[in-house]
Amino acid sequence: MKCEELLAMLNEYVDGTVDPTVCAEFEEHMAGCNPCQVVVDNIRQTITLYKDGQPYTMPVKFRAHLHEVLRQKWREKHPVTTGDEEKSEHQP
Amino acid sequence: MPDSVDTEITDAELVRRAKAGELEAFETLTSRHEQRVFALAMRMLRQEHDAEDVTQQTFLSVLENLESFRGEASFSTWVLRIAAHAALKIIRKRKGLPTVYLEETTEPDGYDSVPHPEYIADWSRSPDQLAAQNEVRRLLDEALTRLDEKHRLIFLLRDVEGLSVRETAEALELSEANVKVRLLRARLQLREELTRVLGDPGKQLPRSHHRHE
Repeated sequence: MKCEELLAMLNEYVDGTVDPTVCAEFEEHMAGCNPCQVVVDNIRQTITLYKDGQPYTMPVKFRAHLHEVLRQKWREKHPVTTGDEEKSEHQP
Repeated sequence: MPDSVDTEITDAELVRRAKAGELEAFETLTSRHEQRVFALAMRMLRQEHDAEDVTQQTFLSVLENLESFRGEASFSTWVLRIAAHAALKIIRKRKGLPTVYLEETTEPDGYDSVPHPEYIADWSRSPDQLAAQNEVRRLLDEALTRLDEKHRLIFLLRDVEGLSVRETAEALELSEANVKVRLLRARLQLREELTRVLGDPGKQLPRSHHRHE
């Protein structure tokens, strides 16, 4: 395996979806090629860093507003079944 | 909060109930997915007000189009697809570009054109240690912003939101092959930028030009 071929299969290797035979070749290449090994490590660390990065939390005030807007819109769309469903079912 | 709806109920079941007119089911669906939508929008737009707009547009659109959701993709993929398009619309508008959907790439699709790693070095610290530093967070944000929006969306959906390649392709209406090649470019570009700052200069290695076999 050449470095270029390794690069083309990097996604599958990092995601663990590479075919086992190819995986063995991939690892054999890395054992003899330090730069490729480091690139693979770097890629994994990059993904980890973004994945575990700063979580963005929706502001509480906006959440309340969002749900109010959605309820309003829902009532426009479902004039009969909103609010107390039991009651509305008994309406004439 | 619609606490009375069991947290074990699947999205598919909640969708069915919401279609049948249960507001509580719709609110539970919203509560389950709103943080993810907001976070994706924040990472795409880096502006709270715009991210709120995207979140609201997304769930209004979900409400409006729920009837036509047939469940071919999972509900969460469908929601993220709507959010991705809403975020792209804002980006295009910011740039003064017409709002078009993500097109299949016109750039070379093959792996031959993927840029090779240039700066190769072990990082001086572990991701755990790095994540806690404000300047590292800023670096992550900046590196992400330098990706063009298509690559950024693919990276965010696949690697941050944890969608599969197939789901990412579905969400963005791209082919899986296209997603794969763009994901590789995104990962390599981010690696390059981060390693130039976070890499240990003492451990820098030459570019691997050598060939085996």
